[in-house]
Amino acid sequence: MGLIAALSIQFAQMLLVLALAPLLLGFTRRLKARLLRRQGSSLIQPYRDLLKLLRKEAVLADNASWLFRVAPYLIFAATWVAAALVPTFATGLMFSWSADLIVITALLGSARFFLALAGMDIGTSFGGIGSSREAMFASFAEPAMIMIAFTMSLIAGSTQLSEIAEFVLSTTQLRVSLGLALFALIIVAIAENGRIPVDNPATHLELTMVHEAMILEYSGRHLALIEMASALKLLLYLSLIGCMFFPWGLAPAGASAAAMTGGVAAYVFKLVIGGAALVVFETSIAKMRVFRVPEFLGVALMLGLLGILLRFVSAGL
Amino acid sequence: MGSLADILRNAQPEPMNGEWISHAVDPDVWTDIAKFIAAGDADLTALWGYERCVRMAFMERTTTQYAIVSLDCPDRKFPSVALHHVPAQRLERTILDVYGLEAIGAQDRRPWQDHGTWKASSPGGDAAPAAALPPYEFLTAGGAPLHQIPVGPVHAGIIEPGHFRFTANGETVVRLEERLGYVHKGVEMLMRRKPLAQAAKVAARISGDSTVASSFAFARAIESACNAQAPPRAQILRGIMAEMERLANHFGDIGSICNDASFSIMQAHCHVLRERVLRASEQCFGHRLMMDRIVPGGLTVDLPQAGVDELHRLFGEIDREFPHLVDVYDTASSMQDRTVRTGIVSRNLVEQFAAGGVVGRASGRAFDARKSPGYAPYPDVFGNPVIRSAGDVDARVWVRIDEIARSMDMIRKWLETLPDGHVLESLNLSSHAGREGASLVEAFRGDLFCWIRLGTDGAVEHCHIRDASWFQWPLLEAAIEGNIVADFPLCNKSFNCSYSGHDL
Repeated sequence: MGLIAALSIQFAQMLLVLALAPLLLGFTRRLKARLLRRQGSSLIQPYRDLLKLLRKEAVLADNASWLFRVAPYLIFAATWVAAALVPTFATGLMFSWSADLIVITALLGSARFFLALAGMDIGTSFGGIGSSREAMFASFAEPAMIMIAFTMSLIAGSTQLSEIAEFVLSTTQLRVSLGLALFALIIVAIAENGRIPVDNPATHLELTMVHEAMILEYSGRHLALIEMASALKLLLYLSLIGCMFFPWGLAPAGASAAAMTGGVAAYVFKLVIGGAALVVFETSIAKMRVFRVPEFLGVALMLGLLGILLRFVSAGL
Repeated sequence: MGSLADILRNAQPEPMNGEWISHAVDPDVWTDIAKFIAAGDADLTALWGYERCVRMAFMERTTTQYAIVSLDCPDRKFPSVALHHVPAQRLERTILDVYGLEAIGAQDRRPWQDHGTWKASSPGGDAAPAAALPPYEFLTAGGAPLHQIPVGPVHAGIIEPGHFRFTANGETVVRLEERLGYVHKGVEMLMRRKPLAQAAKVAARISGDSTVASSFAFARAIESACNAQAPPRAQILRGIMAEMERLANHFGDIGSICNDASFSIMQAHCHVLRERVLRASEQCFGHRLMMDRIVPGGLTVDLPQAGVDELHRLFGEIDREFPHLVDVYDTASSMQDRTVRTGIVSRNLVEQFAAGGVVGRASGRAFDARKSPGYAPYPDVFGNPVIRSAGDVDARVWVRIDEIARSMDMIRKWLETLPDGHVLESLNLSSHAGREGASLVEAFRGDLFCWIRLGTDGAVEHCHIRDASWFQWPLLEAAIEGNIVADFPLCNKSFNCSYSGHDL
């Protein structure tokens, strides 16, 4: 395949994640509303909200530093790159060599770092509370994520997502370590996206917010970028779970246009299932106390560790 | 110190009907009574000013005698009650703000209702042009790692305004201080020397969620002053309305408490039930909140037969659906983890503050105005108050759950024995000019006290209404201590104190 074709497919994936992320958010909100016996807003409401925010004036606090203004762009860029690297409908894309679990973790970590800094930049107490909670959660979520990366690399022999997907597709054995890693990743995904029971994306109780508390001072285009970044992050984690644990339907490298279309359909299907599962889980559980979250994430860390140990034990036999 | 009768033996009794006695006292007896209350021999019910006179209502615990004492203070000074009995503090600060009567010896002299935005100082007394107030100083908490979190009065959600100043060590709350008064609207001045109908309308609009209870208390106070009674049918219908209001609010509260733990499925279903209660209320009494339905002398509406059927239908639905919701609440471990042992209020504190309503009963204080003093139509159908002893958020939810069943039982009994007849008696106010009346009614938040003095030409000379929240707000400060900041919404919602009813 020519360079132009490869580039354009990679480019298509970048646009696809950007286009689908708000839709996924709209879908989860709508489904949640229906489960709570409400009508819910339209599926495309998140697009309208983003458009509205982009058109609005961005108001900055007097004591906002350059960091506060720059952070939304950095956060958005890092999250978008990370989301665009994860194989969504096809493996073996042009930049697949860089689509590595460690890279993605690092990109998301940087985005979070800037978000937490921006939360503290203005000096309001809510921003400080949000940043401190976020930092606490992150210090438990990131080790768990690294453990998952180790487990996957031990099983598949690589941390590269395309290779992991190919390995899982090719293997016929059911692996316990893989299952443990899946559960760990689901827990990390819930925490990273600030979903119930860790944080509530819909809450406006000042004192319980985490993500919302950090971005409380943002408005206009800055807020739009951050909202977009969090929509992308949700999509990213669902794609990650889909690509590593349910890689069926992924178009292989150099596949035909028809196979690519099939890949897109399979991808959308996976998102729908993943989004629905998330919403059902969220509806059936209350938010946990702030200090329970480390225990919750500790489970993910333990599962990751257990996966590695099991892998070693079974390899030794 | 002896009994109330000993303390009051030299005091001048004043005419008063109903379960209340009233005495004019001198400063020494006033202080004796303050000490009597502080010693735990009586519950402070209310403390308010009017002209150059302060009044205190209380209940002697051993005899459950309800009494009001009045103290003239021509020099606008009276001996502080708060000096002996802390719960009186905010009441005295309010008396100084609104009526310009100063409590001698009071330790906390900061304004409470007056935020420095009024055109006049002491608008209820000898109004003077307002002077600039010094900046409000919050109580301090020392220590290096402490930080302050100011919350409100403008909140991120749509709720009433109040300011909460947290001092926290990381996530742990070291001290919470409330500042209220943002919805002060001069209710007492709006009612002063107003025709009865107008005053009754103001009383009904103090707080929309307690409109039935306010009107009920106001009507009973007026009737007590005139030594009149509402017709038997009206009395029972008043009970039905009061319990319908309680049902609607308790359903709403249970749902909202769960929602503050992001358990929105409970909120969704509880609010459906609340909505059904409100719609049934509209069908039965012509108004969702039943505002202006209770008036002195009886009711403005009668319950049609269709309404009786509607109530039976409603209770059938609640009986079918609510047990499932209770089951969901009780078995969701994630929810229980949030509510059990969160925001505990000790028995001692609720006894000291004489906190009524759900807050008091969840901490083991067996007080319910429907039981004591007890008033029509409750004595026949109301057994003993629902109490729990844990004092946490969970206990406050359970008291509400149990009271829902209780309210439905009572309404069902009333519907069986509903007498026929008229529902409105005309009152002759002018022949009772200068008489005073008081009443205590159990609103959904707790005991609501109302005192009125009749003027000439059938007008209301003065009216004082004290919401249960006055003695619950301070306990919220105690409940959150040692909890984490993120649990405050849960504690706050489980109290669900009134802003509007408190700020008046």
